[in-house]
Amino acid sequence: MRQTRTIELSTGLFVMLGFAALFFMVTQITNKGLVWREQNYRLSARFDNVGGLKVGSPVSIGGVTVGRVDAIDYDVQTYKAVARLAIQHRYDKIPNDSDVAIYTAGLLGGQYVGFTPGGSETYFKDGDQIELTQSAVVLENLISKFLFDKAGQGDAKKTEGAAK
Amino acid sequence: MSLVAELAGSGRELAQKWGRFTLFTARLCAVTPRALLRPSLLVEQLHNSGAQSLVIIMLSGLFVGMVLGLQGFDLLRRFGSTESLGSAVALGLLRELGPVVTALLFAGRAGTALTSEIGLMSATDQLSAMEMMAVDPVRRVCAPRFIGGVVAMPLLAAIFSMTGIFGGQLVGVTLMGVDAGQFWSQMRGAVELRDITEGVIKSGAFGLACSAIAVYEGYHAVPTADGVGRATTRTVVISSVAVLVLDYMLTAVLL
Repeated sequence: MRQTRTIELSTGLFVMLGFAALFFMVTQITNKGLVWREQNYRLSARFDNVGGLKVGSPVSIGGVTVGRVDAIDYDVQTYKAVARLAIQHRYDKIPNDSDVAIYTAGLLGGQYVGFTPGGSETYFKDGDQIELTQSAVVLENLISKFLFDKAGQGDAKKTEGAAK
Repeated sequence: MSLVAELAGSGRELAQKWGRFTLFTARLCAVTPRALLRPSLLVEQLHNSGAQSLVIIMLSGLFVGMVLGLQGFDLLRRFGSTESLGSAVALGLLRELGPVVTALLFAGRAGTALTSEIGLMSATDQLSAMEMMAVDPVRRVCAPRFIGGVVAMPLLAAIFSMTGIFGGQLVGVTLMGVDAGQFWSQMRGAVELRDITEGVIKSGAFGLACSAIAVYEGYHAVPTADGVGRATTRTVVISSVAVLVLDYMLTAVLL
């Protein structure tokens, strides 16, 4: 009898430890967990290009994470990408003339949506669409623009030289 | 000519073994619901293969995590992004090392015990005695051990990953001076719920494979001292190979 009790005790401890480890992983190591269940309200924003933005990417104002990207769709009518943002309820005073842009965190970091607050006295409500948006910067476009620019300058100099 | 015959013979033997194993596993699964009706047997097996493996799992997890922390730190320092250490350690443990190393340790620690126990029972005619008393040994002896292993493995893998992450933190934060806040926040940013479910699915599959192989080898061991010894060796070898092959396939499917 005594032996079965110690067996039950150690088995119980083992199972509890196992579930505690699972619980810890789900709540503490992922960015979901308990914070995720907070009340959110939704905004949507149309971008020409969302770049590497992913579902679950952070939405921040002044570097503080206030929500997450909930879904990313493509609107066939306007040929634009629509990002739906879930913002935590306690940040419900975002002026409705604020603009959003997609930034990259660090050189190798993931992309996030950043708000620049406007000066309006009215605030975004659940379901609103954000009008002022700025797309993600695609590095290839930037580089090619820069290169063509340089090449163009070179050509211009050459033709100038020939004219003289 | 005799070579061809021999090859054909061993091929047939292999197919027969596979068939026997598949049928045995099907039988195990079939008697599982009825074996669940006797929870005391299950608790005993959970104790044998789970609780008693706890020390070796936690110790190995700690050191695997510490090694990951050290190696990861050295590698990441070259790119000047040591703050990603947390995510590297956590993802490595949760997705690969946790389930795989736990399964290999489980095969060595619990699988061998299962095989030799059942093998010895059959060598000392205990299984035949049960059959005489109209007790199905698969249901009474094999099924609780099988279920115990299947339940224990995901829990053990979770504990392994957990201690590993703390081991990584010990080396990365305490010894190497990575900022603790960055360590944890980068980890939270990089790990998704999907990574954890992937680890749990993997360890569940490894638990099924390892326990089924261990119980099968024990039940079908040649009932001599030599036979039980060979069966125990086969358990470790086959389980380890099966875990690694399964790991590749599951990774390809789940990634």
